[in-house]
Amino acid sequence: MTTERTLDLHISSSPHIRDSRSVPHIMRDVVLALIPAMIAGFIFFGIRSLMLIASAVIAAVVTEYVISEKLLKRSNAIGDWSAVITGILVAMNMPVAAPIWMAALGSAFAIAVAKWTFGGLGNNFINPALAGRAFLMASFPAQMTGTIFSQSGLFGKVPSPLCGMDAVVTSASATAWGGADALSGATPLAALPNLISSGANIQDTLLPLFWGNVGGCIGETSAIAILIGAIFLLGRRVIGFTIPVIYVATVFILALFFSGVEGASPLSSDAATVALFHILSGGLLFGAVFMATDMVTSPITIKGQAIFALGCGVLTFVIRKFGGYPEGVSYSILLMNLVTPLIDRYVSPRVYGTGKK
Amino acid sequence: MINNIGTELKRGVLTENPIFVLALGLCPSLGVSTSVSNGLGMGLASTFVLIGSNIIISLLKKVIPEQVRIPAYIIVIASFVTIVQMVMQAYLPALYTSLGIFIPLIVVNCIILGRAEAFASKNNVINSAIDGLVMGLGFTVALVVLSTIREILGANKLLGLEFIPGFKPMTIFILAPGGFFTIAFVVGLINFFKMKKEQK
Repeated sequence: MTTERTLDLHISSSPHIRDSRSVPHIMRDVVLALIPAMIAGFIFFGIRSLMLIASAVIAAVVTEYVISEKLLKRSNAIGDWSAVITGILVAMNMPVAAPIWMAALGSAFAIAVAKWTFGGLGNNFINPALAGRAFLMASFPAQMTGTIFSQSGLFGKVPSPLCGMDAVVTSASATAWGGADALSGATPLAALPNLISSGANIQDTLLPLFWGNVGGCIGETSAIAILIGAIFLLGRRVIGFTIPVIYVATVFILALFFSGVEGASPLSSDAATVALFHILSGGLLFGAVFMATDMVTSPITIKGQAIFALGCGVLTFVIRKFGGYPEGVSYSILLMNLVTPLIDRYVSPRVYGTGKK
Repeated sequence: MINNIGTELKRGVLTENPIFVLALGLCPSLGVSTSVSNGLGMGLASTFVLIGSNIIISLLKKVIPEQVRIPAYIIVIASFVTIVQMVMQAYLPALYTSLGIFIPLIVVNCIILGRAEAFASKNNVINSAIDGLVMGLGFTVALVVLSTIREILGANKLLGLEFIPGFKPMTIFILAPGGFFTIAFVVGLINFFKMKKEQK
């Protein structure tokens, strides 16, 4: 006689690899990696940045809970921390002057529409946080491009957008600042054409950009904080080198060739300065480390990831240089998210034993 | 055959609603459901065209050769659309301007061609007229539902008047993506209730 046993069938998201690491572990690492950038946001933009993050996280978790546990009667969806990350990312992609409720609305949209209408974690075809940002950008362009950066950080008034650049800034028309996109709240980026044409010394701007004492979205301004998070994620093997390195390198190389500096050859120090400005400013580093590397919405194979990152880089630069927005990181990642299934299809490795193509 | 107008009305508005159930005429639905006045205007204009074309096509069904029936239907439909366009331009110039290109596009609205092909060409005049009426009303109801949601969320207005003082409208609902969201969620909701009803 066989004893009757109940099968414990556990449903989890792919890849189904037996490993001590699990979705909650990975997600917790991502949250840890975001902490330096959150601290930088707090230092440069003040307590309000933390309030925005808190409201976005609460909204994301509540939405996730209501949909997965109450409406769909699924369990263990909150415990994987993915909603927390979505909330943090939505808030960090907003300018600090945005209303608190807007952060909550954006992350509720990200979870409810971009994630759960397609079946929850693992089934969303675009990055939920970026979808939330795109939703807010289309709905409230004035608040999302936030021209007001007068919130006080720990060091007093923050932007003085580019330290030492005040003369240029005041001569640059106010509209150049008002038109700043935000993913990357590309305030310095919006000023770049003026800086170049006025012959200002762009080199002086690189250091503030590196530390983060510039205008922009909460999470994106401090390159050093993002790099600390990136090193942590790379060390923990939560993300690979392929996407962030190729993404940033593509933008750097394109900026060398199309720096916009009169008569500068790609190898001149002027072009290199502009190229550095391009990778340090805007949301490029933040997007390359935290958004483009999203496991669900980026290709599986290394080759596919390289194509994906190259596409992100080219699109970002094309939007920055020739498009209507000063920054293009969020839209280029969203666009490449859309072609990810196609990339996966064409670079999928040959199945062993099925012959040559 | 058609029994009574009540069940027919139910068919056009609920069980066979052109937009929500048959998924026909989605382009004009996305394009004009940005405000209730646009949605209502579009719905009524299409209803008029639908009734007129169904009647004429039903009358002519014996004389139209099968091989050229689609061009023939289109000519009949286009005639009614032209009437609508001229009347609207004369008496409702504001609506005419705001609907714009979508008025001439009623000609290629698949609901109208669909009813001509599927119903009017096989049924008698009275039934065809009633079919045109209920289908047109179904289209109108769907458009009004969509445009009410979109106008409130996207512009915080209803029929051009402020809806909730202090509410910050989400512009995206007036834009094309908002149209897709709204249709998707309304259809999803309808299917959800349908499934629930069938389970009982």
